[in-house]
Amino acid sequence: MAITEKIPASGLIEKLPGGGVFLTTTENIFKWAKVSSLWPLTFGLACCAIEMIAAGASRFDIDRFGSGVFRASPRQCDVLILAGTVSVKMGNCIKRLYAQMPEPKYVIAMGNCAITGGIFCYDTYSVMKGTEELGIPVDVYIPGCPPRPESLFFGLMKLQEMIRKEKNAAR
Amino acid sequence: MQPDKIFSLLKLKFSQATQEGSCGAVVIPRERLLDVAKYLISSELSFDNLHCITAVDRQERIELVYIFFSLQARHNLTVKVYLTPDDLKVESLASFWKSADWFEREIYDLFGVTFRNHPNLRRILNPEDWKDHPLRKNFSRSDFIKKERY
Repeated sequence: MAITEKIPASGLIEKLPGGGVFLTTTENIFKWAKVSSLWPLTFGLACCAIEMIAAGASRFDIDRFGSGVFRASPRQCDVLILAGTVSVKMGNCIKRLYAQMPEPKYVIAMGNCAITGGIFCYDTYSVMKGTEELGIPVDVYIPGCPPRPESLFFGLMKLQEMIRKEKNAAR
Repeated sequence: MQPDKIFSLLKLKFSQATQEGSCGAVVIPRERLLDVAKYLISSELSFDNLHCITAVDRQERIELVYIFFSLQARHNLTVKVYLTPDDLKVESLASFWKSADWFEREIYDLFGVTFRNHPNLRRILNPEDWKDHPLRKNFSRSDFIKKERY
């Protein structure tokens, strides 16, 4: 009973007598699949990437959230975790990577540098003042310098929550 | 070898060389840089390692600072060259020390000093379409946010 309460739209689920068969809507199935396999792009920019690597290792284990499959190609991933300082020279590269990702795609800005430029906001000629300056829409901001792996997981869970609330899951 | 001994050897060969400040840096005229470099690498001083090249913007002049090290004799030497802002050109040392290649590219990128006879003088850190040199004191740009000083 307790498990069915945690499943989205559990009121729609029916258990047939004698077997483990569920009835649900296709939208919920799509959302469940999307939420459980948010594959990130292997893309670290600075020290936040070290925390992202720690999140991937066994002590914190990002695999518990279905996001452990760091893809080496933007064409195979769903979420772009911008972990670190976005420099001006890297800006075009990030725009191209984002454009190559297939829809639906999500962006997590991890750390103060990726949000506003952080400590590099003033007196620096080479750092973008945040990811949004590149024209890339950000779904989840994770503050911290750098944020701990737990914060990254919290951001990831917020993103999963956002996807569960999406209107059209099959977009 | 002691720094004073190195300086006296240099002074014998190049009479225009002067010693500057407490650190004992040797200042040489820009025209003699290639001769000094040839002497440093081939004489008994045997400076086989160009440790670092950097630059300082003093506004009325730009100083190039060369730090040499000898792996055999284990002594070092700092050489300075003064450049006037209206004529930022100097000979490249890349033919003597290979490490000079990237150091000089970096100084070209950040200070705008042109090195003659450099094998590949392009920007090394900043985007290639930039026109300005960010470590100059007079550098400013519209998206460059200056922090107030207290």
